[in-house]
Amino acid sequence: MTWLPDNVDLVLRLTGTHLFQSVLPVVLGLLISIPLARLAAGSRWVRPLMVNGAALLYTIPSLTLFVVLPVVLGTRITSIVNVIVALTIYVVAILVRSCTDAFRSVDRSVLQAATAMGHTPWQRFWAVELPLAVPVMLAGVRTAVVANISMVSVGAVIGIQSLGTLFTDGLRRGIAEEILVGVVVTVVLAVGLDQILRLTGLVLTRWQRPGGRAGGRAGGRRRDPRGGRSDSAGTAGTGPAPDTTAGRIAATGGGA
Amino acid sequence: MGNHAISFRDVRKTYPDGTTAVDDLSLDVPEGSLTVFVGPSGCGKTTSLRMINRMVEPTSGTVEVNGQDVSSVPEARLRRSMGYVMQASGLLPHRTVLENIATVPRLLGRSKRESRERAESLLETIGLDRDLGGRYPSQLSGGQQQRVGVARALAADPPVLLMDEPFSAVDPVVRADLQRELLDLKQRLNKTIVFVTHDMDEAVLLGDRVAVFATGGRLAQYAPPEQVLRAPADQFVSDFVGRDRGFRALSFDSHEVALSGVLSRNHEGETTVLGGSEATGGWTLEVDAAGRPVGWLAPGESDGADTSAHRVGGSLYRPGGSLRSALDAALSSPSGLAVAVDDSGRVRGVLRPQDVLAAIEQARGARS
Ligand SMILES: Nc1ncnc2c1ncn2[C@@H]1O[C@H](COP(=O)(O)OP(=O)(O)OP(=O)(O)O)[C@@H](O)[C@H]1O
Ligand SMILES: [Mg+2]
Repeated sequence: MTWLPDNVDLVLRLTGTHLFQSVLPVVLGLLISIPLARLAAGSRWVRPLMVNGAALLYTIPSLTLFVVLPVVLGTRITSIVNVIVALTIYVVAILVRSCTDAFRSVDRSVLQAATAMGHTPWQRFWAVELPLAVPVMLAGVRTAVVANISMVSVGAVIGIQSLGTLFTDGLRRGIAEEILVGVVVTVVLAVGLDQILRLTGLVLTRWQRPGGRAGGRAGGRRRDPRGGRSDSAGTAGTGPAPDTTAGRIAATGGGA
Repeated sequence: MGNHAISFRDVRKTYPDGTTAVDDLSLDVPEGSLTVFVGPSGCGKTTSLRMINRMVEPTSGTVEVNGQDVSSVPEARLRRSMGYVMQASGLLPHRTVLENIATVPRLLGRSKRESRERAESLLETIGLDRDLGGRYPSQLSGGQQQRVGVARALAADPPVLLMDEPFSAVDPVVRADLQRELLDLKQRLNKTIVFVTHDMDEAVLLGDRVAVFATGGRLAQYAPPEQVLRAPADQFVSDFVGRDRGFRALSFDSHEVALSGVLSRNHEGETTVLGGSEATGGWTLEVDAAGRPVGWLAPGESDGADTSAHRVGGSLYRPGGSLRSALDAALSSPSGLAVAVDDSGRVRGVLRPQDVLAAIEQARGARS
């Protein structure tokens, strides 16, 4: 155990850039996916195009993208811009699908009530559709974040700095400890970010839990003995949602 | 009443798939009245209602509100000027009760504080506890959600209320409460209300006028409820209003019924009982100290016997009430005698079924 104490600065710097390369694409991907998904959710013709198109994107091997993008974008091969753009493409591939499901999971009668009260389409989107889509959307975001944290490391192979650099460097120089540190920090980062998102989700979806109250009592909830149940309610978006969607698709198909 | 708040003029709606939901509808809803749209499933009630607030656009014809063609009013503005209540309460699940009620005032640009105060006072108007204001809709019972739905529709004090089967998902007891409160609200707030239901009893109870829709979106009859029951316009209406139509029509008769003087007052021990003679078939009616009915004692049962088996139920006759309530009070009484009570609930006497039937006979004679 001699490598780590001498290289704390390096590990911190790589963790920082790794985090940046994983999170920024999720933010950009979300900004791109939400409007696309909203379009897809609202139209029977656009939907298969978007959802299948997005699925296709996901089949492009990441290393290919890292190599091709510099040519297309005119960046240096070691630039992190390549990673950001490549991962944003993958995030869009994941999120267009789950955001479409999210918008379609919103109860139709609630949307009709919102319209009947006199929301303009724009007001209805911000005040009703988006907040109600959060639980299902969040499941996709968590998947994307975890996937990104592992994929960012691939860039190290062609010399883009990240925690993956610890693997490549450790392998080349035969330092097992360096590789181990890389593995541990990556895992901690993935689990940590996932938990932060989960808790954020709990706060954003207090209204979903029978015990939840407006005005901050949810914080205490998490620690109560039924915390386990709150937890499953938070991720419930992941579970039931696709089923609901499947049901809707079947219903629409029958009507068409 | 001269003004027509809502008018349909030759309105037709054909959906893109070719379904004709509403066929050539012309109908005027007088200002300040409650009009009920009734009819079997799929006959175009919801479609007609939604053409009033432009949730559905007519294929041809026009809908006017206060003389103005609704298609000339921007959708959002039009909708904010009308309350809308639907079957599934349609509350926003991520907003608290108060936030839900305050929705339309907020959309109209009123301040947060003003909207909230308005929402709080409405909680009271619709008979909900103030403490419920901070709850989310999922934490309310179905009946409470429906009340919040009504409060939300009233929040901006719109002159027009559109209600689509608002009470059909709650149990009969709560429904009766909500119906009574709606009538009360209507009187106090002077709203023009269009109310959709497929329950004829609800239509008769609430409606100043009833529009009966037939399958295929045709308006079969538009008249006061009594007329619909007594003089159905065609075979469809008479089939739809159904078997109990004669009984329901008694709701509109309040002919005087003679009280039988068969009750004599006795004191048996601590309790006061009435009757017990041959004229009441041996049944005696126990009353409390204030003279309110407690329960019937069967012939041979003495004081102290358990009257709870023969409790006087909810069905009591108040002189001046309808013949339907008189007949129902007699039919539902274990002794066969309807108990007549005054406004403070004291026993005034009993009605024999034959006297009720005689009164029905007389009412019929008086009508023709
Ligand atoms: N968006 C739509 N597209 C196509 N057809 C529709 C649509 N909405 C309603 N319909 C059809 O129009 C007809 C009238 O529907 P509407 O909802 O107005 O009936 P309703 O009288 O309210 O019935 P219910 O009592 O079941 O609510 C039905 O045949 C229905 O299938
Ligand atoms: Mg309907």
